[in-house]
Amino acid sequence: MNKLLKFVKGLEPNKEKSPFMHTLYDGFFTFLYSPDHVTHGPGVHIRDRMDLKRLMVHVVLALGACYLFGMYNAGHQHFTALGMHTGFFDAANLKLHFGIGKMIPIFLVTHIVGLGIEFYYAARKGHAIEEGFLVSGALIPLIMPPDIPLLWLAMAVAFAVILGKEAFGGTGMNVWNIALLARVFIFFAYPTTISGDEVWVAGLEGTAAGSAVEYSWWHTWLGNGVFDLFGWNLFDSTAVVADGYTGATPLGLAAKGGWEAVVNVYSEAQMWWGTIPGSIGETCKPIILLGAAFLMLTRVASWRIMFSMFLGAIITGMLFNASGATDFMAVPWQYHFYMGSFFFAMAFMATDPVTAASTATGKWIYGFMIGVVGMIVRVLNPAYPEGWMLAILFMNTFAPLIDHFILQSNISKRLKHA
Amino acid sequence: MKYRIITVVLAIAMLLQSEALLAQSSNSGMSGGILWLFIIFMLIAISLLIGDNMVRAQAKLGGIDVARDDTSFFPGMNALLGKSRPAHIKDGSYTLLTKGHDIKLEGEADQVIRPIEVNTFGVCPTDYRGIAPIPKMVVELGQEVSAGDPLFFNKKTPDIQYVAPVSGEIAEIKRGAKRAIVEVVILADKQQTYRVLPSIDINTADRNDILNFLKGSGFWPSINQRPFDVVADPEITPRDIFISTFDTAPLAADLNFIVDKKHTLFQAGLDALSKLTDGDVHLGLDARGNLPHAAFTNAKGVKKHWFKGKHPAGNVGIQIHHISPIKPGDVVWTLTVEDVLLLGELVANHRFHAEQIVAITGNGIEQRNYVRTMRGAKISDLLKNQSVDAHENRIIAGDVLSGRQVSMDGFLPNGENQLTVIPEGRNYEMFGWLLPAIDRPTLSRTYPNFLFSDLAYEVDTNTHGEPRAFVQTGQYEAMMPASIYPQHLMKAIMIQDFEKMEGLGLLELSEEDVALCEFTCTSKQPLQQILREGLDLMREQG
Repeated sequence: MNKLLKFVKGLEPNKEKSPFMHTLYDGFFTFLYSPDHVTHGPGVHIRDRMDLKRLMVHVVLALGACYLFGMYNAGHQHFTALGMHTGFFDAANLKLHFGIGKMIPIFLVTHIVGLGIEFYYAARKGHAIEEGFLVSGALIPLIMPPDIPLLWLAMAVAFAVILGKEAFGGTGMNVWNIALLARVFIFFAYPTTISGDEVWVAGLEGTAAGSAVEYSWWHTWLGNGVFDLFGWNLFDSTAVVADGYTGATPLGLAAKGGWEAVVNVYSEAQMWWGTIPGSIGETCKPIILLGAAFLMLTRVASWRIMFSMFLGAIITGMLFNASGATDFMAVPWQYHFYMGSFFFAMAFMATDPVTAASTATGKWIYGFMIGVVGMIVRVLNPAYPEGWMLAILFMNTFAPLIDHFILQSNISKRLKHA
Repeated sequence: MKYRIITVVLAIAMLLQSEALLAQSSNSGMSGGILWLFIIFMLIAISLLIGDNMVRAQAKLGGIDVARDDTSFFPGMNALLGKSRPAHIKDGSYTLLTKGHDIKLEGEADQVIRPIEVNTFGVCPTDYRGIAPIPKMVVELGQEVSAGDPLFFNKKTPDIQYVAPVSGEIAEIKRGAKRAIVEVVILADKQQTYRVLPSIDINTADRNDILNFLKGSGFWPSINQRPFDVVADPEITPRDIFISTFDTAPLAADLNFIVDKKHTLFQAGLDALSKLTDGDVHLGLDARGNLPHAAFTNAKGVKKHWFKGKHPAGNVGIQIHHISPIKPGDVVWTLTVEDVLLLGELVANHRFHAEQIVAITGNGIEQRNYVRTMRGAKISDLLKNQSVDAHENRIIAGDVLSGRQVSMDGFLPNGENQLTVIPEGRNYEMFGWLLPAIDRPTLSRTYPNFLFSDLAYEVDTNTHGEPRAFVQTGQYEAMMPASIYPQHLMKAIMIQDFEKMEGLGLLELSEEDVALCEFTCTSKQPLQQILREGLDLMREQG
């Protein structure tokens, strides 16, 4: 162990000569070893073992299962569109292989662009690399459609990190959720593609019946080469999209024809277990709820926000039901949780401590309002099929105002007696 | 019971009204019986709550104690959550504090007094907040002094004397940067002599006489005032005086043990204090377990307030917040139990007998027990016969959260009753931030420590991570059993927003009150330092 430490210490670049390399080294070194820093007065002499790295990595851990499922589901949706291997566990090797092939580039692009910018600014400001991007970088791939063009992704991440975070002073200072900013960039920059149904299923030239598949060396050479040895299923580069396939997402269907239209295409079980097209990480409700429970039990994320957001969505859904003016408003409130990304937004997006309200009471209001606004956007706005991204960014903007009123009441209570 | 009946009647009346409303609207062709059941249930609950609150408000107006449970229809949150007072508490108020945390550490002091010979004592002007760096010296090198003889005074307040805790010879007057006096060192006599003090009868003397007596006798610098937690300003009569009789900090000295057999001295001190304020002398008592020492529970002429809760429930600042908060313009005094005992000696025995019982604690030292010495004892003398490598260990005057690092050559600050020794933690730890080990204290649920609540930890001074920007929220609030938002207060101090600082309760706090927040801070922010900067800023502004 000590030899390793000595070896790693020997690699340390000169701080004056190459500040960027030193920042980079420091980032990786503190990842490997907690530093030998001791407390210095005035102040506490002992410190809690908790630090920001651990906080951030626990969010990433909570996302782990979403990654696994998301990759597999990207492959599953691909083959479902082709009308092949339609059982969820059929041809698992192909589906996983396909999903990994989709996920790795998205993950790499996100991290190279995001971390690159992060490291650059850390070196420029001369401080250690903050761990903020650990979480943003883990979230961004999960909220992207599996067929996202990588150039768009790179631009979105750069936009989010530079304008959303570094412009405000870095980790802990941003007003809006970084991952959602990346998503909103794509949403507004490429509205026709993202709100259509093309990018949600990967590896196809189009979703119309008869469209060809897009396979590369990854599938035909590496995949087929290996799977052939074991006698497993192989990629078929002559496959075409099956007749009658739509590729539409449940929310798109619900907006057009209400719950009836949704259940014509997808069963409730499919939506609950997430074997439907959608962003990579947000479809499988049970594993997201497991992640949410993990975050709540470890107290990494605020249960107040999650609970009140849930409450806000339920109440708004009930109000819509009571009115029932459109088909979408008449969708029974409980079914709203089967469609779209409510739980993912609740567990991982709304609870970002930097952009959420920071007082306990504020968190209740903040979460509740996200639930209300998100449902309004989802159901009443014809242009946007999903509401949570906009609702959270909207309430991010108002979180400081909520806190302001909470603090003001504390202040006036204190000064009143004067 | 009659209040409960009124509540039910009110609730039924409101419910009938809402039922009528419902009947009108129920023809609109709605389905979903569950929804209606839910709404009706909510209406019942809301009417009950409103009715209940109306009764309580009325009871409050009528001067009835609403904290007692029989004014409410509901069984009372207090009764449900076990918040009602323990049976053994007979008089005084009772407060249950649910926030905070007890950090359990290895290295508690055994309750025996080990005889120890301390030869060298020191008085450090820098220990007293608010004193100018170069006080006026009244003694010279080599001069013989008695215990209680003046050593120096602050030029702004020449009548407040800073005195020798022991009799002996002035061995050194140590100067630091810019000729500031940092230490006045006294070599103690074998046989203590005391300066003859004017005898004063507390029962007949008026406030001014007592004030002058305290200033001249050397007791005054032991009186702390809030806001700012500085040496009290003699021009201001305090609204109230607060004394906490228990310390919840890690490994803190047991004040029941320290006050033992000093019953009368403690009462004499309290009697003198009650002459100094127009308000009350408030005693904060420990309601956590066994009954505290009779010197505390049987104290006369004071108001008693029982507190049950985890650290920082024993901090006087937190107690003041719940007894009678410091509002803008208020000045209160705070004293420690030892200060009251010293005052008792002064008024009862007319001598400056600065005895100090010190708990030697911490996992960095072998023999952990109590020692009897005088104020200002030299650290190396206190740790005599113990092998303590000063480089590999951190010696702290006070507790690990808000104590001050001292060297072997240093002296115990005035009134400090604890000395903690813990190892320095200058070591790298592979994946230290990642592994789920339970060998270090933490409040985070990401470690399994919370499952082993009785575990006592060996600690060192490692920071376990680097400073980062404020990210996590709600952490500090959970460690602050008071209606204060520490994170927002810290931010207000950092941007020097005076109005917000005051409004968010800066004046109610001292460093020790935010020490636990600082310990638990995920971002490793120096909260105590920030708080003191804020207090200094406010004090300069006047």
